Amino acid sequence: MLLNNKLKKTLLAAGTAAALTWSSLSFAADDTIKVGVLHSLSGTMAISETTLKDTMLMLIDEQNKKGGVLGKKLEAVVVDPASNWPLFAEKARDLIEKDKVAATFGCWTSVSRKSVLPVFEEKNSLLFYPVQYEGEESSKNVFYTGASPNQQAIPAVDYLMKDLEVKRWVLAGTDYVYPRTTNKILEAYLKSKGIDEKDIMINYTPFGHSDWQSIVADIKKFGGEGKKTAVVSTINGDANVPFYKELGNQGITAETIPVVAFSVGEEELSGIDTKPLVGHLAAWNYFMSVDNPANKEFIAKWQEYTKNPKRVTNDPMEAHVIGFNMWIKALEKAGTTDTDKVAEAMIGLEVPNLTGGTAKMLPNHHLTKPVLIGEIQENGQFEVVSKTPEVAGDAWSDFLPDSKNLVADWTGKETDGKPCGNFNTETKKCSGQKYE
Amino acid sequence: MLVTPLAKLAAFFVGLLLLISSVQAETSPTWTQATALFKQASFDKTREAIDLLAASNEPQVPSLLQALLDGQLYQHKQTDALALLSDKANTDLSSGQKLEAVKQDEYRKVPMNNTLRKYLRSKLGSLSLSSPDPKLRLASANGLLETVTPEMLPQLRELLSKETDEKVKAALDLAVQLASLSASDKAIKLASIQALNGNLNPAVRNKMTVLSTDADPEIAKAAKTTLRGIEDKAALSAQMETLFFGLSLGSVLVLAAIGLAITFGVMGVINMAHGELIMLGAYTTYFIQKLLPNFMDYSLFLAIPAAFIVSGLMGILIERTVIRHLYGRPLETLLATFGISLILQQLVRTVVSPQNVPVSNPSWMSGSLEINSVLSLTYNRLYIILFCLIVFAILYFVLRNTNLGLQVRAVSQNRAMARAMGVRSARVDALTFGLGSGIAGVAGVALSQLTNVGPNLGQAYIIDSFMVVVFGGVGNLWGTLVAGLSLGVINKFLEPWAGAVLAKILVLVFIILFIQKRPRGLFPQKGRAAGD
Repeated sequence: MLLNNKLKKTLLAAGTAAALTWSSLSFAADDTIKVGVLHSLSGTMAISETTLKDTMLMLIDEQNKKGGVLGKKLEAVVVDPASNWPLFAEKARDLIEKDKVAATFGCWTSVSRKSVLPVFEEKNSLLFYPVQYEGEESSKNVFYTGASPNQQAIPAVDYLMKDLEVKRWVLAGTDYVYPRTTNKILEAYLKSKGIDEKDIMINYTPFGHSDWQSIVADIKKFGGEGKKTAVVSTINGDANVPFYKELGNQGITAETIPVVAFSVGEEELSGIDTKPLVGHLAAWNYFMSVDNPANKEFIAKWQEYTKNPKRVTNDPMEAHVIGFNMWIKALEKAGTTDTDKVAEAMIGLEVPNLTGGTAKMLPNHHLTKPVLIGEIQENGQFEVVSKTPEVAGDAWSDFLPDSKNLVADWTGKETDGKPCGNFNTETKKCSGQKYE
Repeated sequence: MLVTPLAKLAAFFVGLLLLISSVQAETSPTWTQATALFKQASFDKTREAIDLLAASNEPQVPSLLQALLDGQLYQHKQTDALALLSDKANTDLSSGQKLEAVKQDEYRKVPMNNTLRKYLRSKLGSLSLSSPDPKLRLASANGLLETVTPEMLPQLRELLSKETDEKVKAALDLAVQLASLSASDKAIKLASIQALNGNLNPAVRNKMTVLSTDADPEIAKAAKTTLRGIEDKAALSAQMETLFFGLSLGSVLVLAAIGLAITFGVMGVINMAHGELIMLGAYTTYFIQKLLPNFMDYSLFLAIPAAFIVSGLMGILIERTVIRHLYGRPLETLLATFGISLILQQLVRTVVSPQNVPVSNPSWMSGSLEINSVLSLTYNRLYIILFCLIVFAILYFVLRNTNLGLQVRAVSQNRAMARAMGVRSARVDALTFGLGSGIAGVAGVALSQLTNVGPNLGQAYIIDSFMVVVFGGVGNLWGTLVAGLSLGVINKFLEPWAGAVLAKILVLVFIILFIQKRPRGLFPQKGRAAGD
């Protein structure tokens, strides 16, 4: 069909008008500060990460009720990377390039963080990472609000050695970077404390592993040789559910072979029958059962927001609360959302945590956190059996030969004036970021 | 002054009242001291309180200690009174009276940890050795085994002579033997070492290991012999255990694959949506449990026919709408069924939830059957092996002895001839697909008891199902059974050396090599027209 001149002109005019309206609408929408939420909402890690998305939405909602920040409202941009690590990187790139987020709160598994790390560094955007991890990393663009090994793994092993007099160790983990590195650190630590190699059993399983029969039988055998045995579990995601079920079925109780887990919290327990698990342990920097007014207020707010009086809170949620509050403070201090200025303003900031103390952002982009050891109760809550004062997070473990001379300081004070994430104090050189 | 009879009577009653009230108040010095220790809420003080109470003979002590062990001991924040608070009953522990209108906020729980629980269990154990309940007696006798000493021998021997329950007798006898191992008399020691030969209890093994390095050569030698006997027996039990694990893994594979073997065998259709049909069966179990939360123990019996119908109908639907039009075009069928699998996954994600859904195990499926101290068979796996054999038997019966089975076999051997004989092959196709899908649904019910139920459940089992079908051949149901069970057993025997991931890889490599030699699998179809 041929378009005559008049029709063409009309169409052109209409098209231009539409385009202008469209762009003006999007400019109007630009009057918010966008916050990326990068957590798996499906797949094997959804059991752990979905609640963090909800936490971010609640925090953003609350801040908006207070008037937002820098005169603008906050807008959450939620994406689902579906426990697919390369998809994490794609989604991160979309968040930064297309949605133009000022900062992203996300990731859980270290492999997802390693996938997005090059993207955040290339695009110079900020990531707040709320989960306990293996250390051996400090990026200019990442703020680690979860525990490093010296704030979780090492104190947990100390507790088992001293209070439970454990002599034989099973290090069981999912097969990816976090358990592998953490177990390297723990193996070195145990050997430095005089534990013999034959008293350490290490085992790795794939994500989502469900046939635990032989492994649990091996643990039973390993623990039946007269020396007190414990399992240090870095098993992640929904593989924990059949693991604990099998422990219960094969008659292993916490009194015979206790299991201390680093990635099992109130959220993971809310989906399983916890009766056979009573007495097993977890090491975190926060438990829902900690009795203090700030925590009670947070739990009440959370249960009201999710309209579920039985909804639980956990450590990575607290990490997001600390990270978000610090970020808001940094924005107000810097007066802008510019990444470099905000990152500079973050260091040294102090906000209260939910266990009655304060969290301080250190020059290595880690926090000060107390270490809590808790025992699983029948109602899925943890009873705190050990607590320490705030411990400063160490990015580079002192127990591995490759990292004991490394130090991270983004202010440059400890690193010869130049801000660096992995500065070797012996050779006085700053090596670059390792992405694997 | 004369004390009138009335005054005497009054004094008597006052005295009686005082006596009664003092009995009711039960604030003996031990109790008061224990209450004060509990109040300090420290693990060390709680331990002291346990010691104090266990040493006293007061009647309320066993119930208090049991409450403490069960995590039900609470202390009132104001009055320091000790109470048992649980869903079933709230009791004031000093008087034994029931408490009305309890406000949880007014009480503070007395904290416990693992070390304390173990300590308390052994204390309670020695208190319960003469309990009227045989289960309690057995538990306390077993609890003694690690810590028994020669001083306990007279008490143990006395209890043994009076014991009537067989299991408790055996446990007490073992305790006597273990105690005698630390006796000073060498003859008694040697006698016990010999008597303990073949006993697989870990406490025995540990003691023997220690004794085999004893200074006395005779004792060391006897201990070494006994130890070797124990270790041989234990090794055999370990092999049986691995075999059991292999059979249970194999039975899961068979259940998952048998439906596929039928559809692939009869119609030559590669059904990539087979995993999702398993997943639908698992979700049916979840919904049945959700609809009938009070019948958890019987939920599986309802779920099995329900899952068969749901998945079967879905299978017939898929066959009628998609597969029928692609008959004779295997590649398109593969693509189409792959698309259907994605649709089904997303459907479940949207309609139900992208996250896993909780499916509980009925009570008769938890725990394990103890054969001996090193070999216990978990009930859930045991029942699934039985279930797999039952399903196999039923399917075998259907294929051998029913009209449908006859027609299915005819169509799978020679379709043209069967049609010439009057078999409606299109109807047979639909019913076969329905049957295979229904069996997949039933497999889903079994799987829901073993693993997490989520939209991705099918993806984990589709590869395994094809592996079993390819290995076993499509001519015969026996092929699937033998292939599934043997692959499971091979996988489990490789696992201790190679680890879970590498074992799977090795099994796949083995199948690839096997297929080179026998492309039609273990039990190929026979006959001239078969399998073209």
